[in-house]
Amino acid sequence: MFEWLVSPFLEYGFMQRALLGSLVLSVSCAPVGVFLMLRRMSLTGDAMSHAILPGAAIGFLLFGLEIMPMTIGGLVVGLLVALGSGFVSRFTVQKEDASMAAFYLISLAVGVLLVSWRGSSVDLMHVLFGSVLALNDEALALILGIAVVTFLALGIFWRALVAECLDPLFLRSVSRIGGPTHVLFLVLVVLNLVGGFQALGTLLSVGLMMLPAVASRFWSNDVRALCGIAIAIAVVSSLGGLLLSYHASMPSGPAIIMVAGVAYLFSALFGRRGVLASALPSRRHTSA
Amino acid sequence: MRSTCLEFKDLTLGYQRHAAVHHLSGVVERGSLTAVVGANGSGKSTLMKGVAGILKPISGSIDAAFRRLAYLPQQSDIDRSFPARVIDLVSLGFWQERGLLGRITRSDKTRLFACLAAVGLSGFETRSLDSLSGGQMQRALFARTMLQDADLILLDEPFNAVDERTIRDLLALIRQWADEGRTILCVLHDHALVKSHFPQTLLMARKPVAWGRTADVMTPDHLSAARTFQEAWDENAGWCEEPAPALLPQPAEDLLHDRDVARRAAHV
Repeated sequence: MFEWLVSPFLEYGFMQRALLGSLVLSVSCAPVGVFLMLRRMSLTGDAMSHAILPGAAIGFLLFGLEIMPMTIGGLVVGLLVALGSGFVSRFTVQKEDASMAAFYLISLAVGVLLVSWRGSSVDLMHVLFGSVLALNDEALALILGIAVVTFLALGIFWRALVAECLDPLFLRSVSRIGGPTHVLFLVLVVLNLVGGFQALGTLLSVGLMMLPAVASRFWSNDVRALCGIAIAIAVVSSLGGLLLSYHASMPSGPAIIMVAGVAYLFSALFGRRGVLASALPSRRHTSA
Repeated sequence: MRSTCLEFKDLTLGYQRHAAVHHLSGVVERGSLTAVVGANGSGKSTLMKGVAGILKPISGSIDAAFRRLAYLPQQSDIDRSFPARVIDLVSLGFWQERGLLGRITRSDKTRLFACLAAVGLSGFETRSLDSLSGGQMQRALFARTMLQDADLILLDEPFNAVDERTIRDLLALIRQWADEGRTILCVLHDHALVKSHFPQTLLMARKPVAWGRTADVMTPDHLSAARTFQEAWDENAGWCEEPAPALLPQPAEDLLHDRDVARRAAHV
C-alpha cells in the first residue's frame, strides 16, 4: 500500500513535478472557487476557462508551445472577456450572465478557429487538455507565482470580498472599494485558470477550482472553513488523480477532476449539510 | 456646526436617465427624526441610496454636512445564505474606522459585544446568519448600525417581516439615537407607527407630495394624492420639463390649492 502511494513520486522526476504543480494549484484555485460559488458565479469560471482559449492559441501560433506567450495571451483575452461583459451589463439592461455567455462563446469560437487554422490535433489536445506530467521549471514557477499573488490578494482584500458578497449596498455606502475588488477578483479567476491550463488544459482547469469549492459547502457554514475544506479536497483530488493516472494509465488531468467529482458526489450525499442529512426523516429534533 | 444636516436642491435621482425621484428640494434638520413614506415604487429606497452616495444625482444636488453616515439597506438586498456568523456581519460596522486592513482591537470587540447586548443578541456572536429569524437578523443589522456611531442614520424598511416585540425594541433604539442628537431618516409603511413615533414625515410619490410635521403631512388629501402616481417604468416617457418647485417643506396649503397635483405627480 505504502509502495503504491509513495513510490511513483520517489522514483520519477516528472511525477514529483506533477505533484508539486497540482498541489500548489489546488491551494491557489480552491479559495477562488469558494468565492465564485458564494457570489453565484460558479458557471462564470467555466465560461472564463473557455474564453481564454484564443489568447492561448495566439500565443501558441506566434511562439509555438511556449508557456509565457500562451499564458500572457490567455490572461489578456480572459480579462477582455470579463471586463467586456461587465461593461456591457453595467451600462445596459442586460444582466452580466447574458453578456458573459455572448462574450465567451465568441471567444471560444475564435479560439478553436485559431488552433485549427495552424497546428495539428495533437497541439489542440494539449491546449484543451494540458499535461500535468509535462510541467517544466517555467510552468512550475508560473503556478507558484500565481499562488503567491492569489494568497496575498485574498489576504489583503478579504474583508472587502466578504462585504461585497454579503451586503454590497452597505459596502458601497462606506467605501468605494467594491468595484475595484470585483475587478481584482476577476483577475484572480483568470490568473488561476491560466495557471491551471498548463497542467489541466483550458477545459478542465475550472474543475480544480469549482468542484472542491462546491463540495466544501456541504460540510461547513463559515467562509474561512470553506476555503480550508476546499483546499483539502483539491489536494486529495490532485494526489489521488495522479496516482490513478500512474497506476491505471489514465490521462492525468481528467483523472484529477474525476477524483474531485467523486469527492463532490460523496459530500453532496453524506456531508453534514448534504442530501441525506436534510432529506432523511428524523423523529428527533433539537430544542432550539 | 450648521443646523441643517442635508439639503436637497431640485434633486433628481434615477436609473439610466429614468427618474425615480425628481424635483426634491428641502432641508433635513440636524437631529431630526423623519419617516419617509410612500407607495411601492415611489422612490423612497432610491432617495436613501442617493443620500448614501450609492446613486449619483441625474440633476440637482445634495448638500450634506455630516461626520459619518450609517446606511441600513433593505433586508432583501442582503445575502442571508452567505456563510458568515453574526459577528462577521456586525463587525462590517467597523469599516469607517478600521477600513480594509485595520486591526479590530480588544476595545473594539468590547464595543461590539455591547452593541449586540443592546439589541438583545448577547450569546448569538457565533450563530450563522441563515439560522437567524427575520427579527434576529434585523437586530443584528441594528447592532451594526449602532457600531458605526454615525450622526446620520438611514434605515430602509427596517420593520419588514419583523414581529411586534422586535419592532418595539428597535423603535426604542431609534428613539435613543434621536435623543443622542443623531439625524435619522427611516423608510416605513406602517402609518400608525409613523404617526406615533416620528415627528417629521416626508410623503413621496416620485416627488415630494408633502414634507413637514407628521400631523400636517399625513392628511387624507395628501395620502390620496400620493396614491395616484405613475408607478411603472415607462420606456416612452417624455422628458420632464417641469420647473423646479418651491423649497420644501412648504405650508401644506400650497399643495392642496394646486389642483393639478395628481396630474403633475403622474408624469415621469
